[in-house]
Amino acid sequence: MNQPGNASDRGAERSVNQPGNASDRGAERSVNQPGNASDRGAERSVNQPRNDTPKIRLRGLRKSFGAKRVLDGVALDVRAGHSMVLLGGSGSGKSVTIKCILGLITPDEGLIEIDGQDVSKLSRRDRTEMRDRIGMLFQNGALFDSLPVWENVCFKLLAQKRITRAAARDKAAEVLAQVGLAASVGDLSPSELSGGMQKRVALARAVAAQPDIIFFDEPTTGLDPIMGAVIDGLVVDCVQRLGATAFSITHDMASARRIGDDAAMIHKGQIVWTGAARALGETGNAMVDQFARGEREGPIQMELRR
Amino acid sequence: MNPFLDFLALMGRGLISACRTLGGVAIFAGIGVSHLVRPPFQFRQFRRHFIEIAYFSLPVVALTALFTGMVLALQSFTGFSRFNAESAIASVVVLSVTRELGPVLAALMVAGRIGAAMAAEIGTMRVTDQVDALTTLSTDPMKYLVAPRLLAATLAMPLLVIVANILGVLGGFLIATVKLGFVAQTYLDNTWDVLEVMDVVSGLVKAAVFGFVIALMGSWCGYNSRGGAQGVGQATTSAVVASSILILALDYVITEAFFSR
Repeated sequence: MNQPGNASDRGAERSVNQPGNASDRGAERSVNQPGNASDRGAERSVNQPRNDTPKIRLRGLRKSFGAKRVLDGVALDVRAGHSMVLLGGSGSGKSVTIKCILGLITPDEGLIEIDGQDVSKLSRRDRTEMRDRIGMLFQNGALFDSLPVWENVCFKLLAQKRITRAAARDKAAEVLAQVGLAASVGDLSPSELSGGMQKRVALARAVAAQPDIIFFDEPTTGLDPIMGAVIDGLVVDCVQRLGATAFSITHDMASARRIGDDAAMIHKGQIVWTGAARALGETGNAMVDQFARGEREGPIQMELRR
Repeated sequence: MNPFLDFLALMGRGLISACRTLGGVAIFAGIGVSHLVRPPFQFRQFRRHFIEIAYFSLPVVALTALFTGMVLALQSFTGFSRFNAESAIASVVVLSVTRELGPVLAALMVAGRIGAAMAAEIGTMRVTDQVDALTTLSTDPMKYLVAPRLLAATLAMPLLVIVANILGVLGGFLIATVKLGFVAQTYLDNTWDVLEVMDVVSGLVKAAVFGFVIALMGSWCGYNSRGGAQGVGQATTSAVVASSILILALDYVITEAFFSR
């Protein structure tokens, strides 16, 4: 992997976490190694003030599927009340990272902290309580086919018995209105909705229980640019209204700039850059800039078989 | 390489894989059953699956049982008439239907219909992230998807088998009286004389076990499906094949337990 440029070139790039075996890497050493305590000061300066516990803290996260190592020491902080966007190409480990945080996949090793708590040490009940505070928008919506839209939207509230079925209809109408959908949509089946409407319903479901952390898995994938911008606007509105911390993964640069305060880039299972989302495209980091411009030539080489 | 060692390695891998699957199914079943006694209970899901199994499977089970009883009477007559033992037809029909054919054929039909549907539904939910979505929505997928199906199938199958038993005997009765010239009252007397409570009970126990197995294999195969449409297709096939084989194997085991002396 190439890691061109020196520290002074990097502009918005201020901290990169690159764990693992340093001897393997050569050129990668231009980034910081999170296992090294002396490097963490610089790392901390990226997104958070000193002594401020990050909402989400990842260190040395590793995950392999068979012989394929998908995460190779991911280290990342997400500031409370801010929106972090994780960028990366297909197969770079974005979705696996998010699934590890959510507990849907168990990492082989590494630390995941939410509000300073190591999630691997939480009891079953504490883990459930932690999930109660989390919302998730899946890439394809993942709406339940067997339930009408209103029941999808209020699923978590109904599951937690925080609301009656009669009240859930009104609540669903209220949340659907927040994502620009009419109350009548609540009676439809998810299969009767367009892709954009499904995404909005999925967003409504993610925010209905008023979580304080919301994950967005490629919120604009498969949508036209205008609908993508609409969804991004709704994402920003919902996050701001709830005062939540947002963690999004995407490979859509326009979307990343719109919804992110901070950004990080993952490549081959490692975080290779973190910085401000507004700086994307002019980071001075060759990898990020190649990715932002969608250029074929550059340090990121697609493995194509001929 | 030594061909003998290669062969041993192959056998060993197969054995380990089989043990792993068996253990996985056992743990899966244990977790599913444990959710039946731990609140919150998914009554709506249970009701939905119970109606789907008990009510919507009625036509196919009823027709299967009716025609099976008819064929049984006809074949028995053909065979027994060679030994002047036609009077035994009523006994053969009622015992065969209540002890074996009612539960087994109903279970095989339900396995094809419900087991496949369960595997397809849960498999599709798995590959479209709906199962993961349940987890993020504070709902245990085992509690929401698996436990209600296990309970619904276990309770619905005995009801279906009661209907299958009645219609199977009716099918034999119709053929015997309409086509073979038996006197209706005599046929019914012969049927009641030979039937014992244990014949019906053993059939109902089999039905409950078969129902559990159908739901278990449908849920297990669906829950562990991978790889999109092809994976869901394979899960569906596996669910039907596995539950059919288990039904036939467990039929022997339960029969041995009830009637072996």
